[in-house]
Amino acid sequence: MKIGTRAAVLATATALALAACGTPPPDEPEATATDDARTPEVEQIDYRGCIVSDAGGFDDRSFNQAGYEGLTQARDELGIEISQAESQGENEFVPNIDSMVNQGCDLVITVGYLLADATGGAAEANPETHFAIIDDQSVDADNVKPLVFNTAEAAFLAGYLAAGYSTTGTVATFGGMQIPPVTIFMDGFVDGVAHYNEVKGAEVRVLGWDKDAQTGDFTGDFDDIAAGQNLARAQIDQGADVIMPVAGPVGAGGASAAQQSDGVAFIGVDKDWYETSPEFADVTLTSVLKQMTPAVFDVLSEAVAGNFDNTPYVGTLENDGVGLAPFHDLEGEVSEELAAEVEQLRQDIVAGEIVVESPSTP
Amino acid sequence: MTSPAQPDPVQPDSARSSAPDAPAHGPADAGPDADRRPDGRDQAGVVHQILSSSWLLSLLALLVALVVGGVLIAMADARVQDASGYFFARPQDMLVAVWDAVRNAYVAMFNGAVYDPQAPSFQRSVRPLTETLTVATPLVLAGLGVALAFRASLFNIGAQGQIIMGATFAAWIGFTWQLPPGVHLVLAVLAGLIGGAIWGGIPGFLRARTGAHEVIVTIMLNYIAFYLLSYLLTTAAFQRPGSSNPVSSHLEPTAVYPLLLGPGFRLHAGFLVALAATVFVWWLLSRSTVGFRFRAVGANPHAARTAGMNVEWSYMLVMIIAGGLAGLAGTAQVMGTERYLTAGIAASIGFDAITVALLGRSRPWGVLLAGLLFGALRAGGVTMQARTGTPIDIVLVVQSVIVLLIAAPPLVRTIFRLPAPGKGRAPRPVAPAPAKEVQA
Repeated sequence: MKIGTRAAVLATATALALAACGTPPPDEPEATATDDARTPEVEQIDYRGCIVSDAGGFDDRSFNQAGYEGLTQARDELGIEISQAESQGENEFVPNIDSMVNQGCDLVITVGYLLADATGGAAEANPETHFAIIDDQSVDADNVKPLVFNTAEAAFLAGYLAAGYSTTGTVATFGGMQIPPVTIFMDGFVDGVAHYNEVKGAEVRVLGWDKDAQTGDFTGDFDDIAAGQNLARAQIDQGADVIMPVAGPVGAGGASAAQQSDGVAFIGVDKDWYETSPEFADVTLTSVLKQMTPAVFDVLSEAVAGNFDNTPYVGTLENDGVGLAPFHDLEGEVSEELAAEVEQLRQDIVAGEIVVESPSTP
Repeated sequence: MTSPAQPDPVQPDSARSSAPDAPAHGPADAGPDADRRPDGRDQAGVVHQILSSSWLLSLLALLVALVVGGVLIAMADARVQDASGYFFARPQDMLVAVWDAVRNAYVAMFNGAVYDPQAPSFQRSVRPLTETLTVATPLVLAGLGVALAFRASLFNIGAQGQIIMGATFAAWIGFTWQLPPGVHLVLAVLAGLIGGAIWGGIPGFLRARTGAHEVIVTIMLNYIAFYLLSYLLTTAAFQRPGSSNPVSSHLEPTAVYPLLLGPGFRLHAGFLVALAATVFVWWLLSRSTVGFRFRAVGANPHAARTAGMNVEWSYMLVMIIAGGLAGLAGTAQVMGTERYLTAGIAASIGFDAITVALLGRSRPWGVLLAGLLFGALRAGGVTMQARTGTPIDIVLVVQSVIVLLIAAPPLVRTIFRLPAPGKGRAPRPVAPAPAKEVQA
């Protein structure tokens, strides 16, 4: 026992000693010592941008992370100070927002409709502080700017693409929880497939979502990746060869189920999964992009310039707030004709010739 | 015998005033006396008792946990990481960085949990303490429910589901009924109590009638409650009109706990309910016949049965009361802080409550203090992460380390070289209280 302990201590000490043999930085004035990892070229300005996450945390590969990246981008490029608070549960929304206001934040970004009531309350109590809330526009106040995304438009393209890409004539989608920011993707996807059937006279089926009844397949949360894998597996067994999970990190379960089956492709959501999850690159057909990072950055840069307003920002295909990611590795698998049709469809939607509607449209 | 199940939660006096009646029941006398002074008999070694007492152990466990947390805070700090790279060339850099990181983090935590001298106004300065009390309220209530069941040696893992059902019942009364102030509040609290009691009573009933183990039943009931609420929130009866999100309408102003300190603070009358519940559970366990039976059943069900006690009935009753307490925690959430219902209304309170009950050694006052400590850690964690950028995960690590050390008293004793407790008094890792008391 004692010898074992000594050996362990010795090993640790050796490792530490080896790691600790670097050279110190030259003595410099205090300023740099307290400065953290910011890019030094940008001049610091007296503006504090803050963010409060929902229970997903800032590493959820989804909207919390996207919002946080918008904030760090603003720190690096605009020179603002930032603070962040990660919520462990819904009972922490109010105290977290409150602590951000206490920190002297000029603009507080709250992520998700679950924070709507907390944001509304804080906005009323602190009329001098600006707020921006992602995925919700229920709060009506002079100092709250909603950031919402009409992802149905981009998902429509993905549905059309999936229907054209499918060889089995069956495609599938599923969600994390049945909430509007999720089902809006599924509505668009279903409509895109229906549009393909109408134009081509085809009969491609969609598993996992019935737009008219607004019912479908959900894993029940945004944590359980195994549940996503099982659900995707079941859909593949029913013949689906393109799957679009709308479930944040749970989508990884869908992607790995696709990877384990022959000829099944995966469509990511929110960010370009080819880049965020390169382990699934070989099955990632495309991703339905919800450009939250630039939206948050734009709001911050407008606010820093003194141009904050409470007009809702709605991300669309037209303003590139939503979009379809490149096909990357699967580009060779998508016929030029199909790619051209999807691009034409995009232009038609932008031009307003095709209107994509969903009960959840912002 | 039914009176303990229906206390007047708003008036602690009513529970207290009825306390003197209890000893008249005779057989219960030995229990309460032993409970009041568990350590008062052995005159020989007072110091020895203090050193081996569970409270000192809890305190030392907290200390060790803070040290471990400090190490993690230091490791997570960017400056410490930089400075450790050239530790041998200039060691003071790293030491200063470590000191700054740990000190700032804990100071921020204190500022967020107790008193904040940097705040612009007096009101903001004292607000953290009220936040701690607010956060502690549901933890104390649910913790009491778990602790009470522990005393009857039932592992009530179902506080989460009981909170959800309590909150659901209370919220439904709160936003659909229109009643005069006062009446509405009392009815909503009762609804929460009943909702939790039903959800606690089910595993109690199944345990008593069929022997189905309460751990598996309560865990499954947690899932049932969660998904039931998720479903209800998509129905017209619960969903907020005009919203497609799964959130309920706001509760009527007549059905929310009044704020104790005015609109600048979140502290609500639910805290008084928590205090009253603590007194009630104390009275129940150490002054009433029913509580004596709970403890006797917890210590040895066979002996209790031989002594003529109805073990099955005790199982049911203790789970009903435990569920009711957790249901009150649900009211503290939905009628106190949130004021509308969402699927996440219970957050992780039901599971934290297990920790709180363990930390409080399953005693009412211990649970109250443990709940306050947890409330302080949670409230302080918010400020700690906002001011110093320390991940909130560190706070959770500290909490978990506390529990780990509490659950293993010999470890703390070994670390501090404390004397082992006397024969027959060794606290056991999990819920040691029942066994110890009944023996005494």
